[in-house]
Order: sequence, then C-alpha cells, then structure tokens
Amino acid sequence: MRYSGWQVIAKGLRGQRGWQPAWRDPAPKLAYQVIIIGAGGHGLATAYYLAKNHGITDVAVLERGWLGGGNVGRNTTIVRANYHLDGNTEFYSHSLKLWEGLEQELNYNVMMSQRGIINLAHSDGQMDFYARRGNAMRMQGDDAELLDRDRVRRAYPGLNHDNPRFPILGGLRQRRAGTARHDAVAWGFARGADRRGVDLVQNCEVTGFRIERGRVTGVETTRGFIGAGKVGMAVAGRTSQVAQMAGLRLPIESHVLQAFVTEGLKPVLPGVVTFGMGHFYISQSDKGGLVYGGDLDFYNSYAARGNLPMIEHVHEAGMALMPMLGRARMLRHWGGIMDMSMDGSPIIDRTPIDGLYLNGGWCYGGFKATPASGWCFAHLIATDRPSPHAMRLRLDRFETGHVLDEEGTGAQPNKH
Amino acid sequence: MRLETGGLIDRAAPLGFRFDGREYSGFQGDTLASALLAGGVRLMGRSFKYHRPRGVLSAGSDEPNALMEVGTGARRRPNTRATVQELYEGLEARSQNRWPSLAWDAGQVSDLLAPFLGAGFYYKTFMWPAAFWERVYEPLIRRAAGLGRLSGKRDPDACDKAFAHCDLLVIGAGPAGLMAALMAAEAGARVILADEDCRPGGRLLAEREQVDGAPGHAWAAELWDALAQMPNVTPMPRTTVTGAYDGGTFGALERVAEHMARPPEAAPRLTFWRIAARRAILAAGALERPVAFPHNDRPGVMLAGAARAYANRWAVAPGRRVAVFTNNDDGWRTARDLSAQGIEVAALIDSRAGVTPPEGPWQLMTGTHVTDTRGRLGLRAVQTRDGGGRHRWLEVDTLAVSGGWNPALHLTCHMNGRPRWNPAIHAFVPASDAVPGLDVAGAALGQFSTRGAMKSGQYRARKALEALGFEPPSIPVPNAEDTPPRLSPLWQVPRTRGRAWLDFQNDVTVKDVALAHAENFRSVEHMKRYTTLGMATDQGKSANVGALGVMADLAGREIAQIGTTTFRPPYTPIDIAALGAGADGRGFAPHRLPPSHAYGLERGAPTVEAGLWHRAAYYPREGETHWRESCDREARMVRQAVGVCDVTSLGKIDVQGTDAAAFLDRVYANTMSTLKPGRVRYGLMLRDDGFVMDDGTCARLGPEHFVVTTTTAAAGQVMAHLEFCAQCLWPQLDVALVSVTEAWAQCAIAGPKSRDLVDGLLDAPLGAFPFMACGEVSVRGVGARLFRISFSGEHAYELAVPARYGDALFRRLVDRAETLGGGPYGMEALNVLRIEKGLLTHAELHGRTTADDLGLGRMVKPGSIGHRMRERAGLSGRWREQLVGLEAVEPGARLNGGARLVAAGAAQVRQMDQGYVTSVCWSPQLDRYIALGFLRDGRNRTGEVLDIVDHMRSGAAQAQVVPLPFFDPEGGRLRA
Amino acid sequence: MRLTCPLCGDRDSREFSYLGSATLSDRPADDAPFDAWHEYVHLRDNPAGPNAELWHHVSGCSAWLHVVRDTRNHQVLSIRLAEEGA
Ligand SMILES: Cc1cc2nc3c(=O)[nH]c(=O)nc-3n(C[C@H](O)[C@H](O)[C@H](O)COP(=O)(O)OP(=O)(O)OC[C@H]3O[C@@H](n4cnc5c(N)ncnc54)[C@H](O)[C@@H]3O)c2cc1C
Ligand SMILES: [Zn+2]
Repeated sequence: MRYSGWQVIAKGLRGQRGWQPAWRDPAPKLAYQVIIIGAGGHGLATAYYLAKNHGITDVAVLERGWLGGGNVGRNTTIVRANYHLDGNTEFYSHSLKLWEGLEQELNYNVMMSQRGIINLAHSDGQMDFYARRGNAMRMQGDDAELLDRDRVRRAYPGLNHDNPRFPILGGLRQRRAGTARHDAVAWGFARGADRRGVDLVQNCEVTGFRIERGRVTGVETTRGFIGAGKVGMAVAGRTSQVAQMAGLRLPIESHVLQAFVTEGLKPVLPGVVTFGMGHFYISQSDKGGLVYGGDLDFYNSYAARGNLPMIEHVHEAGMALMPMLGRARMLRHWGGIMDMSMDGSPIIDRTPIDGLYLNGGWCYGGFKATPASGWCFAHLIATDRPSPHAMRLRLDRFETGHVLDEEGTGAQPNKH
Repeated sequence: MRLETGGLIDRAAPLGFRFDGREYSGFQGDTLASALLAGGVRLMGRSFKYHRPRGVLSAGSDEPNALMEVGTGARRRPNTRATVQELYEGLEARSQNRWPSLAWDAGQVSDLLAPFLGAGFYYKTFMWPAAFWERVYEPLIRRAAGLGRLSGKRDPDACDKAFAHCDLLVIGAGPAGLMAALMAAEAGARVILADEDCRPGGRLLAEREQVDGAPGHAWAAELWDALAQMPNVTPMPRTTVTGAYDGGTFGALERVAEHMARPPEAAPRLTFWRIAARRAILAAGALERPVAFPHNDRPGVMLAGAARAYANRWAVAPGRRVAVFTNNDDGWRTARDLSAQGIEVAALIDSRAGVTPPEGPWQLMTGTHVTDTRGRLGLRAVQTRDGGGRHRWLEVDTLAVSGGWNPALHLTCHMNGRPRWNPAIHAFVPASDAVPGLDVAGAALGQFSTRGAMKSGQYRARKALEALGFEPPSIPVPNAEDTPPRLSPLWQVPRTRGRAWLDFQNDVTVKDVALAHAENFRSVEHMKRYTTLGMATDQGKSANVGALGVMADLAGREIAQIGTTTFRPPYTPIDIAALGAGADGRGFAPHRLPPSHAYGLERGAPTVEAGLWHRAAYYPREGETHWRESCDREARMVRQAVGVCDVTSLGKIDVQGTDAAAFLDRVYANTMSTLKPGRVRYGLMLRDDGFVMDDGTCARLGPEHFVVTTTTAAAGQVMAHLEFCAQCLWPQLDVALVSVTEAWAQCAIAGPKSRDLVDGLLDAPLGAFPFMACGEVSVRGVGARLFRISFSGEHAYELAVPARYGDALFRRLVDRAETLGGGPYGMEALNVLRIEKGLLTHAELHGRTTADDLGLGRMVKPGSIGHRMRERAGLSGRWREQLVGLEAVEPGARLNGGARLVAAGAAQVRQMDQGYVTSVCWSPQLDRYIALGFLRDGRNRTGEVLDIVDHMRSGAAQAQVVPLPFFDPEGGRLRA
Repeated sequence: MRLTCPLCGDRDSREFSYLGSATLSDRPADDAPFDAWHEYVHLRDNPAGPNAELWHHVSGCSAWLHVVRDTRNHQVLSIRLAEEGA
C-alpha cells in the first residue's frame, strides 16, 4: 500500500479502517542467502539496499527484541556531514545525499528536516580548526560556512553570546544538516525491506555462529538454527559481544551515552547547536521538546543508563550556553550503548571468517550514517568488495596505522 | 465552590491571585487547582493535539491537563501543574497552548480534522512535493506544537545543588513511609524522609480516615513533628526523589521557594540533592487510573480520589452535582465523602454486577457503565448503560472516575527493573531488588489498606535496619482502616462508539491503539512510539496501564503477556536551572588566572582562553586602536629589547626519586638520563599508539630531581598519564610526581636585553649561564628558579618564584624592562614569535601528528612510550603530511588558519587535497604573513607554489613552501 | 556510582576519571611481537559482565585503582591500588 495524503483522507473517512500492517511477522525459514543480525537502522537499511540495489531478497533480519528498539530509537537524531578526514568525509557526504531523498525513496515520512547545524567556536584556534573542517567539507562537495560573531548572534539570539567564560566568537554552519524522526527511519526501512520480500524476525536473538572450515554457515538463535550463505553483523553497542561468538576480538569498547528531552515548549531554537567546549548539543523537536545531550559517561557499560555526574554536567553546559533554559524542565533521560571504536570512526568490512561481515564502531554518530551504512554494507555483502564510499572504513586500519581519528585523542574510546 | 467547613486550609489567610487576567482568591494551603475549582473555574487547559478543552484530572503531580504558565517576566514558568503549585499572594497564572483565548481556541479546528489525524498519520503524508516539508508543513506543525512558552530571559532566581548522606532514605511520608522512618529513627539510624508534598500524610491528607482515633492527617503531622525533633532525622518536605542511580545515589528536587513569589534573600528557588543512602525505602503510594469511555476527557471528569481530595483536603466542591463511576470499592468513598460534605451525589455507578455498594442519598447503579458524556467546555451530562443494555442520560457537572490504583513504582524501573503484573490486585508491582538497596513498602507495593501499608513500612524498615546492623525497635502498629478494596478490571467501556481517551494530554484514544495494532505496531514499545501514548509531560502515569489493558483486549491476551511498561527518570520533570545550578556565567568551567592578571587588568589587557586559563592577549598602549598594532609592537620589542610574559599556565611537574631519570627516559621519546644537573632539554612525549601527545622542557635540578613542563592545555592529561606510568606500568621504579603548576609563578624574559634585566634583578650576579642552563637563584631573598630557555628564538630566560610572589615579580620585571626599552607582551606576540621560529603548539600537536611529521623523528629512541607503534605503515612514509613553513605568494596577501592546500592548478576537490594551514601570523620582522602548515611530503617540496583553498574566509590565493624557521635559522640570537 | 578508594574511602564517582581496561597495565615488552602491541593498544574483551578496569582518583589522592565492575549493572565488585598488583 502506498502512503499519501489521499490515503490518509480516504481512510479517515472510513474510520481508519483498511490500513495494512506495516510489515509482516514471518516465522524464520530454515535458511537464507543473507542474514543480517540486528534490526536497528543499519541492519534494516542494509536489508533494504540488498533488495533494492542488488536484487538480493532472500534475506532475514534477526532482532533480539523489537525492531528499532536499539540506538536507532534512542538517539538525538542529528544528521550532518561535517567531518574533516578523508574516509569519513566522503562516507557521510554520501549519507546526507541519501537522506535528502529518503521520504520519496521509502514512501515514508521520516521527517528529515534540514534546519541546519552550527558548531560554536570560542577561541581563535577553534575558529581555525572549524575553517579547516569547513574547507574539507566544501572540497568534498558539501556545504559549509564559517560565521562570525554577529552572524551567529543573528541566527541564534537565544544563546548567551557574552558568557564571560566562553564568549561566542563564531561558528561553523552546515545548512543541509538537521534532524530526522528516528523511529520513522527504522520503520520506513523496515516497511521498505518487508515489501521487497525481506523477512523481519523479531524476538530472535543470535546466540552463536556455525562456522565450518573458516566459513560461516548459519547462526544459532533463540528460535533455533538458521542457515545462511552470508551473515552481516549490525548490532551497534553489542558488536563486541556478537563478534566474540565468532571468536573475534575487536578494537571496540561499549559505553553509555545519555540523552535528555524537556517538556513541550513553543519554538525557541530553529536548528541544531553544538557547544563543543561544553560537550553539549541541543535541538528542538517538531513536538516542541528540547532534545539535548553531551558526553559519554566515560566508563564501559552495557546497562544503557547513566549517572548523575554527566547528567549534571550536561545541564550545566546548557545553562552556560542558554540561561533562558532555566525554567524549562527535563522530562526524561535515557541512555544507549555505543560501540566506541579505538579511533572514533566506524568499521564496514569483511572479517577473517569467510561470509561474515562487520558493521560497527558507530560511536555516538551512527544515526546520520544509517542510509549510507546500509548502502555500503549491502554493497560489501553482495559483491565482497568495499563500496567506493566506504573504502577506508577498514578493520585492519588499526594494525596498519591508517586510523581515522577525527578528535586526535588516540586509542582511548571514551575520549572520542 | 468552597465548602463552608473543613479542609486543611487557613481561612484566616486569604490569598489573591490571577488566572488569565481575572482576579480570584483562595486560602493558604490551597493549590492553584483547588483555588481555581473553588472559584468555579473548570476549564484549565487545552490538550496537545486536538486542543480539546480540559479541566483537572488529578490532584497531584501526575496531572496531564491543568498545565499553566505561572509567574511573569523572566520568572514565567511554562507547563506548571496547577495541581501541585501552592498558592501564594499575587500568583499570576495563564493558560497556554491556545489562541486567542482558552475558551475560544482556534487550534480546536484540529479536533474537527481528528478523523484524519489518527495515530502516526504524519508518517504517511506531507511527502509531496518534496521541498514542502521544511518550507510549509514543518513550520506549521512546529508553530502548532509545543505547550507553554519560555520567557526567553535569564532566570533571576538562583538554584542550588547539594549532597546529603544517610543510612536510610525514606521516599514518601504517607502511612508506610512514616512508619518506616519512625522505626529507623528509633533505631538510631540517620534518616532522610522526603515527600513531594508540603505536608506529611500522603493519601491520608485526602481522606477522612482515622488513625489511632485521630484524623489521619493530624496523626501524620504529629509523627512528622516528632521525627523532626530527632537529631538523626532530616525531614525534607517539598522534595521529590526523582531518580535512582548507581551505588545508592538518588537524585531529589527540593522546591525551596516555589510556593512564594520569589525566593527569600539568599535562598535558592530549587535545590537539586544527590542523596547517598546506604539503604532506601520507596513508599511513594499509588496513583489512580482512569477508565476509557467516549468523551471521558471533558472538564468535570476527574479521578475519584482527586474529587475526594478536593473536598476533604481543600474543602472544595468539585461540582454541584456529581456522579461516581468506579470498578472498585475505593470509588465508593468518594460518594460517601462528598455527600458527607453536603455535595449532591446523584449516582454511584459501579461497573460490577453483584456488588453491594453503600446506601446513601444517591442512586445506586451496579453492573452499569458510563458510555458517553456531553458538555462543550465542561461536563453537563453522562450517559449510562445498565446490565440490560438500557441507556439513559444523567445531568451532572462532575464525574468522579476510578479504574483502580497503580503502585507508584517508577523509581524501581530506573535501573532497568521490570515491574511484574499481579493478577490478584490487577496492577503492576515492583520487581524485587530492581534497585540494589531499595525496598518498596505500602501502596507502592500494592498494599492498599492504610494499616496494611503501615505494617509493610515497618516490615521493610526492619529488614533494612537489620541489613545496616541496627537493632530494629518494636513499635505497635496504629489502628487504622484495614480492608483493601476489591476491584474487577475495566480498561475501556465495551461496545461504545466515539473517541475514548487513554492519554489525555497527547490525545491518544482507544482507536489509536487499535490502529497501531492493525498496522502491526504490536509490541508495547511500538504502540507507545507510534501513538505517542505515555510520552506527554506525565510520562504515562495515568495512561500506560490502561493502554496495556486495551492492547490485551485487542490481542485477546493477558496483560502479563503483553509486556510491561517501564519508566525512565525523572519521576517528575526537573528544572534545567536546578540540574545546571551554578553554571550560568563563569560558573560552568574552572577559570584560572595567572599571577599577572591584576596587572593586566590595570593595563587594559584583554584575555584569551588557553585551556583552563585566561591569559593576557596583549597590553594596549595609548593610541593603539587595533590588536595588531599592539601585537606588532610587542613582538618587535622582544626582538629589539626585552619583553616579559607570564607563562605560569604551562604545566609543571616535579619528578623525584632514584629512578626519576630512568622513568623520564621511558615517558619521553628522547633521552633524559644523560642530561646533566643544571641543564634543560626539550622533550617530546608520544602516546603508545605512536602519535605525539605533548611537548615541553625537562630541567634537571639535581641527580634525582627534575621539573618538567607541559603545554597549558595538556597539563592535566600529562600529569594523569605520568601517574599512570608510575603506578600502573612501572610501580617498581622509585619515582614521585607532584603537579606544581600552581605552586610556581613563572615569567619569560626574552630579548637581547634579557640578560641585563635578569642580572640586575638577582641577589647575586648571574655569571655564566649558557643556553639551556637552569639553577636556583635568589630574588630579594626569595628562592627562585632560573631556566635559560626560549620560545621566541631570542636570548631568553624563564624565572619562577613561589606563586605568592608572582604579581610582585611580574611588576618588577616589567618596570625594569621598561627602563630598557621593553615591556610586557601577551599571547598574541608570543604566538608571532614562536611561528617565526617554527615552534609548536597544539594547533600542530593535534593528536594526529607523528614525531616524523614534525621533523623530530630522529629523536625517538627504543624503549620509550610510543616507539613501537610508530613503526606502522600508516605512521610513516612520504604520503604523510609534514610540517612546513608557508608564505603568501602575492605580497601582503593574507593567510588564514584552516585553509587547505592543493598543487598549483589542481582541481580543488578532496581527492587532490595536499594539506592545510595550522598557524598564521603577520610577522613584523619579515613584514609579511607567514604560516605553519602540514603538507604531503612537505620537506621535499620547499620552494613549490601551492594553491590555497579557503571557502571560509578571504585571503591569498597561493602560497609558497619555505624552510623553517622563518627567522634566524642558525639560532645565533638564542645562544648569544 | 560510588567507589571506595583504598586510601580515601567511599566517594562519588565524579572524583574519579576512567581510563579503560586493566589490560593497559600489562604493557608488552619493547621487543614483543607486533601483534602483542596491536592487541595491547587496540583490542578489548569488552565483556558484558565483570570487567577489570583502571580508574584514577584524580580529584582525590591521585591513586590509580584496579576496579572490577559489572558492566551490566555498574556494581563495583572489588577495588585495590593498581600499583599493588594482583
Ligand atoms: C543517546 C544517543 C544519542 C545519539 N545521538 C546521535 C545523533 O544525534 N546523531 C547520530 O548520527 N547518531 C546518534 N547516536 C548514535 C546512533 O544512534 C547509533 O550509532 C546508531 O543508531 C547505531 O546503529 P543502529 O541503528 O543499527 O543500532 P541499533 O538500533 O542499536 O541496532 C542494533 C540492533 O541489534 C540488535 N541486537 C544486538 N544483539 C543482537 C543479537 N545477538 N541478536 C539479534 N539482534 C541483536 C539490538 O537489539 C538492536 O536492535 C546516538 C546514540 C545515543 C544512544
Ligand atoms: Zn583516593
């Protein structure tokens, strides 16, 4: 069933009767050509593009809980392409382009809203660094502009521009960046994949791999063994755990990242603002809630919840940046498990085991990667060659030293 | 309407207030909601999606409807629940999310469109034409969405944060909590007793129950007062425990002054507490749940317990003619209590057949359901359907509804605990041990009778005390109501038509849940997210369980099989000002000032940020209008005469021990053990992944005593790293480390006349003091350290004195410098001088550079940190970007930091990128712009002209690669 | 979260900073095979369960601590001074 305004009206006139299920709930088959582990944004997008770009539809996506229940449904929904290292720039650039047509592609309103992002600068050094980043973005073909103090003030009058500790000197803006509705992204890809024949199997946890003579032949699950020609892992914060079942040890640590939302408020913030010196970022959702967050909690965690020191720090940064937030109230906070890689950049690559592919290390920035990650992972699985957009997201870069360390903080995941 | 008698209000203390501009009055003890009801106001808000007229549903913090803007100007607080806002004289409240007025709200057109706006409709439309989402649809949606308005101004009232510690934290001062606290207090434990209300008693405040022969609220007040007298008890009224965190840490919000127009002198508006409790008892009571039936959302339809609370606690009649609709015995009390207060109760409607509710001056209707209601801005009539299917309309202006009670177990979910469905009481109860150290008691555990709750409080306290090692006292349980109410579940009234609300604020109806089900959004979380149920400001306190009941009905399964709801912190929303208290203005981050700061202020020197420090940028002279003028002058002054710069902010670490030298050999890429006492050496530190971490100097003061410096920004990181190396990697080495950054004030004295200046200052003549020498000296009897090091390329010194002499030293140095034609210089000139010499800062040491990139590869020796991993292919080779000097090709043209470099004539695209510019300055010495940058294979490209790519700022189009340093390549001035 | 520093006692976690896995204490010898170095610098067990890790009492006594903590629920299972060894 195609969705459209007419459908909404027609079905409305009939008391909302006649809508079809957004996806089926098939029982898993005995075997598939390709199994994707994890029905998060990346797993679902991978299945979608396997079917769409490569005509591979004998695919199952296995999800331990409910689809979209992982980080894709917990993030702060920022989409941007503002990296400065070769390898990241082209990948995220590709992703942003896919985002720009995603509603039409999926026939699902994922509410991609290009309201712009601005990274605030508070020192000359930071301005120079943003200039460098902006130039890298422009050379990649993306948009970027460096705003001076006055232009930032005009664009965001609600900030404390004259904070004595961190006066705002300017900022880097990307107008094509913005936010999207996270659940809708998962649902849109799920529906798209399902309509192309992919089986989405929920409540089906992968508990082991069957590997014969160095080649994967299927997965053990809580719903029995399922055979597969190829298996792709797209399990985000659980990457180390799942890889370990295949005997792999990865350059990844799992950390918790928290996020926050306020009660609904009339619009006060047009776009996304990041306050890097305070490790703080904020935007306002269409519903009116201010959505914001900050740094990792710093310690390894699989608990998907955090603690007060970071909660307080984030709010302190909020007050420093935007004192008018004082009487807004934080309504809910939650956390997600990040697969923090050793250089802060993702991995889309083969593994030493034939037929087993790895998609992970997304850190706190994998939501914006969703379409390109699916696109490139599908390409890798289908062709056994890396997608041209993801040539450098290799697993062996840590051994070879071709790391993609955007922050320059080295092999300490909680610093990225 | 206010009742003649009764209520916990002070009739001698009337309070005037305004709502939407109209004057009303209430009494001390009222909430905004009770006073409005007393003033005959039923319409208090509008719902989020359909802008439906709404009145109060509850009498507590679970209120979804009566949200208002309270306060004026910068004190305006949106989304304030009228049900918990205590009344004060002069309170100003305004309705929100309506235009032009609460009674006439244009937004209500969306209610007419409701048939088309079912759950998730927006995912299916607004996609055509593609460009319209940002330009048309979204702006419209954004304007319509949102609830209240922020003032847009800085909050004039301060908030605070604090720590508290206790043996036992008791959350809730109802019957269970009070008994638990009493037990623990008598046992001698340190007790904190927190309650979100301003009075103790919990549910007793709303009931006409007796405890030990006294009114329940009086019993509670007396016990509370007695507890407050005990030195080991801290009662915390108006304090909501908002979250449970690891290690027995709880967050709590104390509303110190929200019951006043403004905080009293020196008091905060709010205090956010972090309570570290060895054990805790959750006695937060229970929350009543509504029943879904058509048009159950009109002003006048409220929870039965709330209706009773308004009558009993605030002496307010919720209406003139009331009907009660219940599925449990507890609802009967509402009929009884309202009637006892002289309010007309028209009917007691019980959905259960075969029960015998109490007789009274009301019509008894059992086996009967409410199937519809009428009344545009307030309830006028309800329709009932009896067991035989006969409908009739009943004229009432208030309907008190009870669907039973849900234990307030929210805190037990905060650490991922999953509540369990208890079919005996038709409610979720907390999982045991969901939060380590937290026990649950009373109604929060499903003990719904007063005496049952008290016993439960005692029992849990006894267990907690035993675990803590206290002897639990034995205390008799007071006499109180002891029959738990019976209930038969009713989530939605069956066989009805019309919209039946589950989530009032977000306008989620039974039909929306059914639509989600039909579209296969069947897991609880999918349903919630698809319909937005439970996402409103009450976070599903009133809606969640009902929705699960509806889902269970749709799926033909038990609630237990459907899944559980989970609640995330906070229990009730927390002002950002409270969690972020103290951070407005300077408070957010440490702010360190060097010893010369006062002098800088006197000289009008602006400061720049450098790590945690703010340092003087330049010292303007009379007549100078631009920073460049001052900077150029200061740079020239150093090159020609002498300049003085405060460099205190550089990290300084004292390293001592018999193995100090061996230790430094390992942590520095280069060798330090060969350094002779009295000498200084440049040092480069790598990380173990082979990249550069930091650089600085290492001075050997004695055979076993070194002082090393770090860059300002990396001081903390390097100190932690060295401690790690000493304690974790090589604990066998005898080495001790102390950060002495703050202990020593340090000034650079640079320039051809620096020797004259220093010599004249020291108590003894300087004598031979070659480049890279160091030693102890004395300045006016004060022990000092002198280093002959230079970050400017000039003959230079750094002189360190104990920090308390820093200001005096700096002034003395400046005075003397001025007599020699010099003076102070700031960060800007310092930067110019170091760029002219090709020296590095964190613009170059940005964490991705290797020693080789910087031309320092030969320094790295085996056995040092980082030396192994730098052998990797990715860290060496000519493809890497190497440090180079750059000059603009066009004379006078400007260079910019952050510009990128491509080969002359090459396409300006990523694939052709060759490097970038890191540090730029105007060199007064060379009379042109010069820059440092990184360029692929840069050391082999001296002389090459490159195109500059800079889309961010305007500047030179081409740059030429030049050798480093730009100035005095032989270093003659340094050694002079 | 709270940690009991062997030197300072029971403290809020905000006094500490976190480095990572305690394997960072087991630095390979300078001439160890390259693989050992790669493992040391980059690879982690990253267990969902008890994890031995290094914390620094940076706003306290400056001791580095060897902490065993369950990453599923943040319960601290043991703490000792890192320099004291196993
Ligand atoms: C608070 C927060 C804020 C964030 N903000 C942003 C942001 O603003 N912008 C941005 O770009 N990114 C952001 N991110 C990061 C982003 O959400 C993630 O990087 C991204 O969602 C990860 O990919 P995914 O969607 O596939 O992961 P997930 O949605 O986590 O999917 C992984 C799935 O694998 C399943 N799974 C795991 N183990 C198994 C198993 N053994 N068997 C079967 N299934 C399994 C999980 O249940 C899960 O559903 C944020 C993350 C968080 C937590
Ligand atoms: Zn300590």
